[in-house]
Amino acid sequence: MTLNRELTRRNFIVTTAAAGGGMALGFYLPGPQVLAATTDLEGAISGKPWIPPTDGAGAEVNAWLLISPDDTVTIRVAQSEMGEGVFTSMPMIIAEELQCDWSKVKAEYASAHRSLQEGGVYKRMSTNGSGAVRRSREYLQQAGASARERLIQAAATEWKVPASSCTAKDSVVTHTATGRTLRYGELASAAATIQLAQEPAIKTPDQYTLMGKPLARLDTPLKVNGSAIFGADVRLPNMLFATTKTSPIVGAKVKSYDFNAIRNRPGVHSVVEFQGEDKGRGLRSGVAVVADTWWRAKTALELLPIEWDYGPNTHINSKDVALRDLEVLNEKTGAVVLDEGNALGTMKSAAQVVEAVYSAPHQAHATMEPLGCTAQVKDNRVDIWLGTQGPEGALQDAARQSGVAPENVYVHNCFLGGGFGGRGSRSEVRQAVEIAKTLGGRPVNLLWTREEDMNNDYYNPSPMAKFQAGLGADGMPVAWFNRITSDSIFYWLRPEMVANGIDRIAVGGLANMPYRIPNKRVEFIMRNKHIPVSFWRAPGVNHNIFMLESFIDEVAHASGKDPIEFRRALLSDAPHLLNVLDKVVEKADWGKSLPEGTAQGFAISDSFGTIVAEVAQVSVSKRGEVNVEKVVCALDCGNTINPLIIEHQVESCIAYGLSAALYGEITLKDGRVEQSNFDDYPIMKLGEMPEVETHFALSGGDKWGGIGEAALPAAPPAVANAIFRATGKRIRSIPFKHHDLSWG
Amino acid sequence: MAFKLNINGQSHSVDIEPETPLLWVLRDTLGLTGTKYGCGISACGACTVLVNGRAVRSCVTPASTVIGKQITTIEGLSEDSSHPVQVAWTQEDVPQCGYCQSGQIMAATAFLDRYPNPSDADIDREMTNLCRCGTYVRIRRAIHRAVEIAAAPLSRA
Repeated sequence: MTLNRELTRRNFIVTTAAAGGGMALGFYLPGPQVLAATTDLEGAISGKPWIPPTDGAGAEVNAWLLISPDDTVTIRVAQSEMGEGVFTSMPMIIAEELQCDWSKVKAEYASAHRSLQEGGVYKRMSTNGSGAVRRSREYLQQAGASARERLIQAAATEWKVPASSCTAKDSVVTHTATGRTLRYGELASAAATIQLAQEPAIKTPDQYTLMGKPLARLDTPLKVNGSAIFGADVRLPNMLFATTKTSPIVGAKVKSYDFNAIRNRPGVHSVVEFQGEDKGRGLRSGVAVVADTWWRAKTALELLPIEWDYGPNTHINSKDVALRDLEVLNEKTGAVVLDEGNALGTMKSAAQVVEAVYSAPHQAHATMEPLGCTAQVKDNRVDIWLGTQGPEGALQDAARQSGVAPENVYVHNCFLGGGFGGRGSRSEVRQAVEIAKTLGGRPVNLLWTREEDMNNDYYNPSPMAKFQAGLGADGMPVAWFNRITSDSIFYWLRPEMVANGIDRIAVGGLANMPYRIPNKRVEFIMRNKHIPVSFWRAPGVNHNIFMLESFIDEVAHASGKDPIEFRRALLSDAPHLLNVLDKVVEKADWGKSLPEGTAQGFAISDSFGTIVAEVAQVSVSKRGEVNVEKVVCALDCGNTINPLIIEHQVESCIAYGLSAALYGEITLKDGRVEQSNFDDYPIMKLGEMPEVETHFALSGGDKWGGIGEAALPAAPPAVANAIFRATGKRIRSIPFKHHDLSWG
Repeated sequence: MAFKLNINGQSHSVDIEPETPLLWVLRDTLGLTGTKYGCGISACGACTVLVNGRAVRSCVTPASTVIGKQITTIEGLSEDSSHPVQVAWTQEDVPQCGYCQSGQIMAATAFLDRYPNPSDADIDREMTNLCRCGTYVRIRRAIHRAVEIAAAPLSRA
């Protein structure tokens, strides 16, 4: 599938002087249409997305949409906009069924408060698991279809004709026989009162006219002129600012601090201490300084003398943990996740056994916007403003911390400066409310420093895994053994989900690996540390697929087979995977002639309902410097809402995954996280970003895969496998920067 | 200390410690929140603004050092998002989460002033602002497009 770029282009006349850049003062781009820059999308979303983009006049046909007299349709988005495009894709789903004029669609956040008050009317409000489309498409389509049928019925009633004799298109209902028309804006109030005998069926993909088109994002105008309000940007009358210093080691506690040392500094208002709680989502011991600007709060906090009791975890070092992980893998039997055939017995009689141990370190989310929250506690009511993946969880956190009943707590969700699983209320909401409680009704904007954000993260787990493949005389695997040890996300967040010692996320992609091998055994050993772990883009599979797809490459090499042909043989009963594999092999021209030191590598994954295959082309200098030149990606998410946003997400997943694979590691020394900012936790820069090609191999039907995370898992192993083919050096641990990849 | 700053063509009086980074004068004193905080150590570029047309990372730029200079923030780049870089960013659908994009746009604007017709290698070398969403492919494309836009014949509606 090729995107029709014309649909996403705008033609422009610009006549306003451009200040500050020394560029041309006006310009013209020829084209069939002439529109002022961005005005076709301008105003579709308020810069403050919790506020309606219109004056609110009009009628709600249902909780998901409001139709104004001028035909503007304001659609409520119950998922959080963190770059993955839900402020465009969710409205597209409703507009598809509503059959309204897309240029009249506006969007705002659905209210978590309203959902609480009205029995969960907005259903799924947490944004996670690449689930926005997968988990809400059907009921959003239904909301659009039900509203459309009511509008049609309202017109039919007005005209005293059967509804079946009317059609709806582009925000107009037409009586086919007479050509009479009524606009949605004229019908909305009547439509809102109509009861249908039966709700209409929703469209099937063959009936879509809007979904599947690469429409421009509605939030772009706000993001090219600085008017999109992120949590950190909230400004309220009489507002104070705060920043925190929490325990440098999980489990450490404030012994004492001396406010007198800073109380006379300019703008300083007060200090608030947090009592430490040790587990899960508890607050960490620490202090916040409140001042009239953030900078004054931060500089005062740096000068605040704090004495710490460092607590029980000062002996924990990543190097020791890794040594112990290896001992555990070699000496202990794990909880049995999968046991098919007789893996251990067959392994003993195999002609050849390939064995390797893989590992990956913790990773930080390092969203570009550090976490924070603005809170106001006043007159038995709490208001919080922040960008969050979980507005309902944030509401409950604020209620718990303030003692105010949840029905008196209001969450104003902002744009999120990145999420990736890390913006679902760590402790920033509770901290902000705790501070606000002391301020006599004044609002306070709490913003963490980058250093606090990295020190207070809920990190990606750090697994180590042993793999064994027993090969038959023909070189094909007959036995498979895989023992994994890792921290458990569920142990920290939902311990009831750890069943029989198994965390399904921790073995994701491994317990259900797609390769057909007759005898398989997979074991898991849970090993938690003092630092909390949580969801980090593509949880579990983000490192498990690196380990699996690298090891499969090793096995193919050991059996003297081409890595693609080897996989094809093991996937012969997985036609959907083969379809995607074939697409990427063709598009990347697998096996093409490349200069010495440059090679292609392949990896495939099936996660979040989406199959992704990637071919990375990587050059490695003789001194071992890696340059990821290009990643060609093919994917099958079944159907699409907006293929342009899918392209965005593929590029995003590759950048995020490769940043971690090439450079990323959070390490512990004396119990303390050693990294604190982008200088010691580097991420990929533009100059390191490969060219990315996205190709669709859609199987259609009723398959709806997620897209926010699915292209991540295959990227690191595709690069590692390319590096092996370029240098002969096999990478078995992340980050790749620690490996000497020199050759020749 | 009270002093004046020229921001987006307007003179603003501020009364604050002169060593305060320009970023926080913009955000907290003047309410210009389009310029973002990302790292505080000049590592990410989310805080990039123009000072006399050059890209400056405002999180490590004391306000006292820009007195008397022309400061341009994202809010002042154009009145209606019509600057060629903003138009190119829109046409190429660059932003995802958007948090770093003010800084990216300001950095690209200053970069194009120095490299009016840049190669990919120039872009790769000079555009060092971080983006966690990985919009880099589109930033590269948008910079080339901004060159086309700026070079197109003038016309008035």
